[in-house]
Amino acid sequence: MDLKPGSRWKSAVCDAQLVVVRPPKVAGELQCGGVPVLPIDDGAVPTGDVSPDFSDGVAIGKRYVDEETGLEVLGAKAGKGSLAFNGIAMTVKGAKPLPASD
Amino acid sequence: MRTPLLLDIAADACPERHALGAGKQVQDFGTYRARASRVAAWLSSKGMPNTAFLGMNGDALPVLLFASGMAGTAFVPLNYRLADADLNRLVARSAPAVLIADDDMLPRIDPVEGVALVARSAFEEEFLRGAAPEPAELTETDNDIAVLLFTSGTTGEPKAAVLRHANLTSYVMSTVEFLGASEDEAALISVPAYHIAGISAILTAAYGGRRIVYLPAFTAEDWVRVAAAEKITHAMVVPTMLGRILDVMEKTGETLPALRALSYGGGKMPEPVIARALARLPHVDFVNAYGLTETSSTIALLGAEDHRAAFASSDPAVRRRIASVGRPLPSVELEIRREDGSPCAVGEHGEIYVRGEQVSGEYLHKKAIGDDGWFATNDAGWLDGGGYLFVEGRLDDVIVRGGENISPGEIEDVLRTFDDIADCAVLGVPCSQWGEKVIAVIVSRSGSPDTDKMASVIRERLRSTKTPEQWFVRDELPYNETGKLLRRVLKAELAKEVCAG
Repeated sequence: MDLKPGSRWKSAVCDAQLVVVRPPKVAGELQCGGVPVLPIDDGAVPTGDVSPDFSDGVAIGKRYVDEETGLEVLGAKAGKGSLAFNGIAMTVKGAKPLPASD
Repeated sequence: MRTPLLLDIAADACPERHALGAGKQVQDFGTYRARASRVAAWLSSKGMPNTAFLGMNGDALPVLLFASGMAGTAFVPLNYRLADADLNRLVARSAPAVLIADDDMLPRIDPVEGVALVARSAFEEEFLRGAAPEPAELTETDNDIAVLLFTSGTTGEPKAAVLRHANLTSYVMSTVEFLGASEDEAALISVPAYHIAGISAILTAAYGGRRIVYLPAFTAEDWVRVAAAEKITHAMVVPTMLGRILDVMEKTGETLPALRALSYGGGKMPEPVIARALARLPHVDFVNAYGLTETSSTIALLGAEDHRAAFASSDPAVRRRIASVGRPLPSVELEIRREDGSPCAVGEHGEIYVRGEQVSGEYLHKKAIGDDGWFATNDAGWLDGGGYLFVEGRLDDVIVRGGENISPGEIEDVLRTFDDIADCAVLGVPCSQWGEKVIAVIVSRSGSPDTDKMASVIRERLRSTKTPEQWFVRDELPYNETGKLLRRVLKAELAKEVCAG
């Protein structure tokens, strides 16, 4: 799974869509709802269940980080599953939005 | 990460949200992206590495910017206000390119090898009219230069600043919340495409999900009329625009109730103008932004709360922050350094250095950034105890009198506290005794300024070496169209007068 900046992914089990903002320092697997994500252009429709352990949801516009590896992901579409990297839950990055300047 | 991604994810998340245009001409995000993709396919078929644009603001511009990124070409906006000879030099430097130009500007362009001219009317007819087209299938590209922007060239031949996709997307993603705008928000863009704010506004609006409305070219009357009719919520203006906008509002009685946020930058805003703006637009959040072409736009900003706190404070140190550009963005590092490179203390004047992913610090064929990533802005400034940045203008404008460095900005700030001063500039002109001497050029409201009084106040508040030795009264000062005071023009003019005198 090549999690390069700007790469787009989608959940295999819910409607969530994701964009990688910062790559992880180590190779690994981005998961949503407990299962590996798919490339955005994969034709598969979401099937199966969101794991109850990873069901806090992805919100649009929120940023999720894995502190350990530096991986940062943007929620581009909302979904029921929540994100993990190599099985470790990612956390929401709290950033106060800045006022518009241009 | 590439700039078209910003539009792609917005168009996927909310294809029907309004993205571009005014009145009945509004286009949604899905249409915006589809049109850009068709343009990109056409640009790719032309096989030129650059896409140049010479024209007034309008919906063709953001479509072209994103299309250029999709096609993997560098977007090169050209300044139509340049004299023909200067413009043609830049046209030649943009080759090999497809150049889309306003029809009435076409005759100004000399034929040149490697530049394929396209009339804007034909371009718009082909790509901007009618129902939303089917998106074009595009192949991936890897050119990482997004934009080449010619600097204003006040110090010589314009330099082509290189802005990479990584610089611009980093700026956008670290300062704007994805789809953070509500559906009724609309931004009015009146800065031209060849100004960095004209480029960054397109990118931040797409990612934030905010509709953009263009003024083809700025007039205060049009600005106020369109802002009212389109229920504009956000806008950016340069200092010279704001004063004229307030004049029109006073005359027409327009109150712009929909307006929420007004940012200003691109030059020093006279404090009386901002005070007037706060009084006339009490419902609006004011933001002062500081940035450079080479930094992908804003690197520091003074927010609405800062404005209110400064105006309400009786503490002079807090009060004077109204003249600051606020604090650096959390995503950039900023330092003030002495000539020898060592860091300045709080309150000490030096050169502003900046580092961060949005900082390109690069010109075509010339890197101007250190190996450690720090970029010397060539702007003079200082930080106060609260971390607020005060910008004093270009380092080259600092006056060196008898070995002492004197910033025109602090003297001008004192002058502006006089009601009689409508505008002013403090300059250094060559002088045999001191190397340079301090002179003041003022625009007086009364026509009979009390310069002795002004001199004594400056002597008292600053010191005698900073007191202007000669005074010149003018009807107005020279500015370029984006509100930058043309100090060099003034200086050259006055150097002659001072010598003659």
